Amino acid sequence: MRASRNGNIWQHVDWITIGMFLLLALFGWLNIYGASYTFDQTSIFDFSNRAGKQFVWLMGSLVMGLILLLIDYKTYDVLAYIAYGAMLLLLLATPFLAHDIKGSMSWISLGPVSLQPAEFAKCVVALAVAKYMGRYDYKIRTWRDLIVPFALIGVPALIIMVLQKETGSALVFAAFLLVFYRQGMSGYVLWMGVAAVALFIISIRFGTVALPLGTGSVGILTCMLLLAAVEIYFICKEHPMRWQGLILVGSVTLIYVIFLIINIWIPMPFDWISMGIVIALVIYNIFVSLYWRKYMLLIVAVFTLFCIGYTHACDFVFQKVLQPHQRIRIEVLLGMKEDPAGAGYNVNQARIAIGSGRFFGKGYLNGTQTKLQFVPEQDTDFIFCTVGEEWGFVGSIGVLLMYLAFILRLIFIAERQRNVTTRIYAYAVASIFLFHLTINVGMVLGLLPVIGIPLPFFSYGGSSLWGFTLLLFILLRLDAARMEQLN
Amino acid sequence: MINDKYYNRRYVISGIAVVIVLTYIIRLFYLQIIDQSTKDQADNNALVKQTIYPSRGLIYDRNGELLVFNQPIYEITMTMRDMGKGWDTLAFCQSLQITRDEFDERIAEIKDKRKNRGYSRWTPQVFMSQLKKEDIATLQEELFLFPGVQIQKRTLRDYTYNAAAHVLGSVGEVNQNDLDRDAYYARGDYSGRDGLERTYEKQLRGEKGVEVLMRDVRGRIQGSYQDGELDRTAKAGTDLYTTLDIRLQLLAEELLAGKIGSAVAIEPKTGEILALASNPSWNPKVLVGKERSKNYNLLLKDKTKPLMNRATQAQYPPGSTFKTIQSLVCLEQGAITPNTLYPCSGPGSTPIKCTHHHGSPVALDRAIEQSCNPYFWCAFRDLLQMDGYGKDNEDFRHRYELWRDAVMSFGLGQKFTDTDLNEQSSGSIPSTRLFDKFYGKTGWKAITIRSLSIGQGEILVTPLQLANQAAVIANEGYYISPHLNKNDSMRIHRHNLDIKQQHFEVVKEGMNRVMIYGTGRHYAVDSLHMAGKTGTVQNPHGRDHAIFIGFAPVEDPQIAVAVVVENAGFGATWACPIATMMIEQYLTGEVKRKDLRNRIGSTVLNESVKKW
Repeated sequence: MRASRNGNIWQHVDWITIGMFLLLALFGWLNIYGASYTFDQTSIFDFSNRAGKQFVWLMGSLVMGLILLLIDYKTYDVLAYIAYGAMLLLLLATPFLAHDIKGSMSWISLGPVSLQPAEFAKCVVALAVAKYMGRYDYKIRTWRDLIVPFALIGVPALIIMVLQKETGSALVFAAFLLVFYRQGMSGYVLWMGVAAVALFIISIRFGTVALPLGTGSVGILTCMLLLAAVEIYFICKEHPMRWQGLILVGSVTLIYVIFLIINIWIPMPFDWISMGIVIALVIYNIFVSLYWRKYMLLIVAVFTLFCIGYTHACDFVFQKVLQPHQRIRIEVLLGMKEDPAGAGYNVNQARIAIGSGRFFGKGYLNGTQTKLQFVPEQDTDFIFCTVGEEWGFVGSIGVLLMYLAFILRLIFIAERQRNVTTRIYAYAVASIFLFHLTINVGMVLGLLPVIGIPLPFFSYGGSSLWGFTLLLFILLRLDAARMEQLN
Repeated sequence: MINDKYYNRRYVISGIAVVIVLTYIIRLFYLQIIDQSTKDQADNNALVKQTIYPSRGLIYDRNGELLVFNQPIYEITMTMRDMGKGWDTLAFCQSLQITRDEFDERIAEIKDKRKNRGYSRWTPQVFMSQLKKEDIATLQEELFLFPGVQIQKRTLRDYTYNAAAHVLGSVGEVNQNDLDRDAYYARGDYSGRDGLERTYEKQLRGEKGVEVLMRDVRGRIQGSYQDGELDRTAKAGTDLYTTLDIRLQLLAEELLAGKIGSAVAIEPKTGEILALASNPSWNPKVLVGKERSKNYNLLLKDKTKPLMNRATQAQYPPGSTFKTIQSLVCLEQGAITPNTLYPCSGPGSTPIKCTHHHGSPVALDRAIEQSCNPYFWCAFRDLLQMDGYGKDNEDFRHRYELWRDAVMSFGLGQKFTDTDLNEQSSGSIPSTRLFDKFYGKTGWKAITIRSLSIGQGEILVTPLQLANQAAVIANEGYYISPHLNKNDSMRIHRHNLDIKQQHFEVVKEGMNRVMIYGTGRHYAVDSLHMAGKTGTVQNPHGRDHAIFIGFAPVEDPQIAVAVVVENAGFGATWACPIATMMIEQYLTGEVKRKDLRNRIGSTVLNESVKKW
């Protein structure tokens, strides 16, 4: 055990991570200059423009990082719950202190600068979750053990989403699912998440069960077939019933083939056929489960019914719960609507800017699309466009690989901890960065709907830069002290 | 290191990160390497290609007199996409002094894809065109207030003389056909629509330049793209020197005023067209600019068909002027000698009566002088019957073929293909097939086609062909395809006839006698040694057409002329004086016969003829 003296901290700090952080932040800063550059601009240090301001933020963040490293590592653990409580109060108060910026109520003005408390909430929540889950006596045994962690992330998320109307910042808390997973949450939860999203997309894109007699939509047909396959899988799994399972598979296939052949002459209502088959299977399941006392099949039957219900619920959520602009963004993404002048404008312009960069890019400060401001939000949420246009394919994958290396490094740091709390915190940091990268770049590349969250270290903005600095340097401080900490 | 049973989940989480980044790299690969469309879209976004229009080549006459030049004109274009909110329509209307309704109407027109097939929000659309400098002065100063609006400078044609409209042609907007055929043109460009403007379009138009500018999302110009590396300066069109003598052209048009007809003058040795006049005509200025389409439609509706270039497109039987060719072919093919005599009984002759009273029998020179119809009927008959009729009329038909070939070698019955005249008719020298069809192979004899002997009947020629025919005689056996570009390259188009030179001397002598003793004697200028032949063409639709061909001086011809005046009666009365005055003008530089000039020029033979 080494003494925790400040003099030693520099030997234990992970300089590789700091180096990566500096590289990303500097490259981001260059690109902000590129994105906000107009042809008559003078200096990158001109503080009236965004690159100049970002430089100030960057210097601030370095000072902040230094201070964070100098603070005693125990402080973060001690303050975790207090800070969490204070943050909840601040988040609750924010809408009343904030002024409306584009419909968002998340900005607090402090003299010349505005800060977004939500950006700092991530760090505080991560500390609280780590502290709670890192206790000696904490283990995920049943779903009940996850109630508190889910509440810890759910409450701030709800406040941010409902009161501050910042859906993007709220969604970031979903990143904690990976942390819970690492701590022992069932992998099915992740699969359920993926399946729910997939089913949502399929039912929105291809429509729900059409009640009037139709020839069948692809989406619902796929859903039904998937469910039928799951049913059959579970039936086949039961040894005494294998023959019955095969008979079931055969007859379902046969029914489909017959209807497909008839479909050549008479259009068949495949929706109804599929629905009929699934309902027949459910009834069969219930009967068999009660008769043979195979309660597993009962669960399967219930799950099937739940899925059918879910596809209907998707439509309801999509039409009634989502706000119009969110609905349009999803419709544009799924190609259901073309709106190059309206909701699809950002995405289309981003695609043009990135695509026109080709292999080597147009060169730094030579991008026409970003210079001439065709891409909205090009120095904040759409900063990756500048990278794509000016640095081309080479520069873009360079940045992506740098991020990947950064995140993998954070996971590596997490796994070398002896202290569970620090490990959980490190996973939270890695997951949050991964989530931001995924959502932001996915949006810019037109693979995900437009959700306004920043690209760490790249997007212009003091709050987000400082928020990420806080997140990262607390981890570095805890990591530097890993030798002093107990298991 | 803490070993717990979920230790391996680190790989799952790392794997998720790797898969996500890989997915994005694949997407980037698609966007930046495979998908080629974004490059153009980016350029469309950010680059404005401003066309710089070259000035069109000028047109001069043979003496370097400027005929056609350019005047600056402005057009206003709009890019709808760039006209954002806050665009002050009222102020815009005010600066152009148009009403709001006119503005809305024009915008609706631009946006109507049926009327404006090339409409796009992203490209400049012509809002108003052909404005004078004073019309756009106010807007020019306030241009910065109206994003998306551009003022484009162009040029319109202007003309020094109110003459030669048919020859010069006009410039108008390109149509869909031009756009499909030639990638050089963009919608709204101008090109030569007819006449010389069309023939020499490629030479006159020059080459458009382009200036590549960058504009931001609000359409504001942000300077030159890549420091002007992609810019191209416009190349002005090359000037065109024509063979026209504008003084001669003016005189021809003056003399044709009030009549329907045409006059063509050629320099025999070179085939250069000195004048090519067709009446009714129009002031070339009326087919310029805003008024063009309106005036064009008016010209189109005019019953006297002013748009038709009668000098090259109207077809008439050549009448007695054809006797010159008849003489040459009969001499060459051995049907007659200069001393062959045929009797004439004046108006009592059969099967063709003579319109003149003269002694009998006559030899060739006198026959030409007196335009003796019976003589040429007999000569033509003897030519066709030289070998008899033969089995199935074969020998006769063969002779006819030989005669036809010889006639066509004068440039008749076909268009001049190796020249720069666009609008031409071919005329017609009837083929054996035509007569075979009418009468059957054996059903036609010399007597059947007797009208041809005196240039009537199925034979048709254009005034240009007539002038060329005069040039052939003046040249004694060759012609250079008549052309309008005073460029030596045209002289290679020389056509030699298979007719011996001595035969021409006889015919020239006859034509000279026409001007001394014959039908042309009243209007000859003796000192100029003219040769000529009048013609009066029977016209089933009204009064006869007057025709004259001639050249001068006989010993060294400088000018060959053909004049046709429709429904004027005798060739000697109307066509001959016009032709001789043109010769006089060209050879001496002035017309001394002022009274004659005034009388002919002011006589209106057709009330409906007007000069536009």
